[in-house]
Amino acid sequence: MKQRMSNRTFAVVAFVVAIALAAVCQLIPNEFFFSAAYTVLLYVILATAWNILGGYTGYVNFGSAAFFAIGAYTTVALYYAVKAPLLVTVPVGMAVAGLAGLGLGYLTLRLRGVFFAIASLALAVVLFTFVVNWDFVGGARGAYVLQPTEVPFGLKNFIHLLFSVQLLMAAGALVVARSIETSTIGRGLAAIRDDELAAEAAGVPTLRLKILSAAISGALMGMAGTTFPYYLSYIEPSSAFSLSYSVNSIAMPLIGGMMSWMGPLIGAVLLGTVQQIVQVTISSAWNLLIVGVLLVLFVTLAPNGIMGWVEAWRQRHRK
Amino acid sequence: MSDEFLLEVKSVTKRFGGFTALDDVDLAVRPGERLGLIGPNGSGKTTLINCVSGTLRNESGSIRFAGEEIGALPAYQRTRRGIARSFQIPRPFTSMSVLENLVVPIEYVAHRALLHAGDTRPEAMAILEKIGLAEKAGTPSNRLSQVELRKLELARAMAAKPKLLISDEAMAGLAGNEVDEVLDILFRLNEAGITIIMIEHIMQAVMRFSQRVVCLDAGKIICEGAPASIVRDPNVQRAYLGA
Repeated sequence: MKQRMSNRTFAVVAFVVAIALAAVCQLIPNEFFFSAAYTVLLYVILATAWNILGGYTGYVNFGSAAFFAIGAYTTVALYYAVKAPLLVTVPVGMAVAGLAGLGLGYLTLRLRGVFFAIASLALAVVLFTFVVNWDFVGGARGAYVLQPTEVPFGLKNFIHLLFSVQLLMAAGALVVARSIETSTIGRGLAAIRDDELAAEAAGVPTLRLKILSAAISGALMGMAGTTFPYYLSYIEPSSAFSLSYSVNSIAMPLIGGMMSWMGPLIGAVLLGTVQQIVQVTISSAWNLLIVGVLLVLFVTLAPNGIMGWVEAWRQRHRK
Repeated sequence: MSDEFLLEVKSVTKRFGGFTALDDVDLAVRPGERLGLIGPNGSGKTTLINCVSGTLRNESGSIRFAGEEIGALPAYQRTRRGIARSFQIPRPFTSMSVLENLVVPIEYVAHRALLHAGDTRPEAMAILEKIGLAEKAGTPSNRLSQVELRKLELARAMAAKPKLLISDEAMAGLAGNEVDEVLDILFRLNEAGITIIMIEHIMQAVMRFSQRVVCLDAGKIICEGAPASIVRDPNVQRAYLGA
């Protein structure tokens, strides 16, 4: 509990940095940058969200793709129903995914350990089947979501807007994660992760906190999905429920470090960027292989991730 | 009747499948009392306190604390009402320092503010000083010795400001002088007005500490009374020695 920047100051700094970055990046002439950066930021949000339940609370969610897809398909459904703009789909998608997290948490978090992991995987399978058979959002054929031709704030095109929105949402996710981490809730979650029985005996309402953490984590993952149909203009179930979202949301916090908000950010930026580079220079087929190799390396050599490694190095040098 | 006792356990039964771990157990503890709970391994001591503290739910019977039925409450609610326990095998929050271990119950029980509880460190420090762990405040809790871990268990239980403290074998595996140290702490807590139930295998400690001793065997209370009379009780001798 060192003296740190207050959460309010951090929020201001995060959003100012995000807005400044968004503004500066508009000068970049390369259009691919925006598409690549959008994907990396998407992973920043997913990894940060996953870490709230996985890193802070100690419950491994294998179904990140399900929450992501809930956000994406909320956008599709709202687009087909009322042509809702992003400003509407983002909060609604968050709410629906948050409710899904709440429900999954309520049903499974009474059980400890591995059961939640299995249930989260099952959720992804069930929802996938549901979406495949739901004609209104295109079913297995997929659905087209056209990017609006008019772009606000004088931005050059819609992908520039998506990139900027994603940047702000990533900042928002980090602010939420850090606020949780430094609050009483965060210490309660850490107590649950360390020893659930002892946490309960220390007065921590474990079930309530676990459900809260699952809901917040789900909502943020959903938020990441809401802009996705616009990004691709076309969405179908197997791309929204792609395994790579679930795997990356676990791998990135693991590689960056799960104990603080900075870990998932570092992991996602690093791994996401490497994947984007490999995709262009070699082939996207290599992406999951790279994740696998890095995971093995980190689990054996630096089990506490980059942040844990840096922390250990700093402690050695203080002595 | 209810006002007379702080804790009142009435005909509590707990089964694990076909095994009856607690069979119609009655136990009443007065405010300020020092009660020793003894019995051979597997006699149901820990099961009984698990039922009292809410870790397990009893199938039948009632548990009243400070005049209120608490049998249906989750464990954290019981802690908030004033029942704190230490665990037989220490269960520290390993990612936290010793001080932070205490901050958790202080924030969740004593202050009960989810977003910002203010600076609770001085309060945690005061407890650590009382228990003799002050110089370890910043140490990660996974680097403590056995006796320090036992003290941390007690300190964390104390941080919840309990009316009743249940100490589950807080002295198991400790050396003679360390046992005295922990006993001293428990005596001081009792003098400060906290009711204490002590589960212990170290007879010398139980006999010195308790005003009254209850002996469990195979899920039933077979005997209760003053420490001196308990050791002479034929039922207790049979339970322990199998004679």
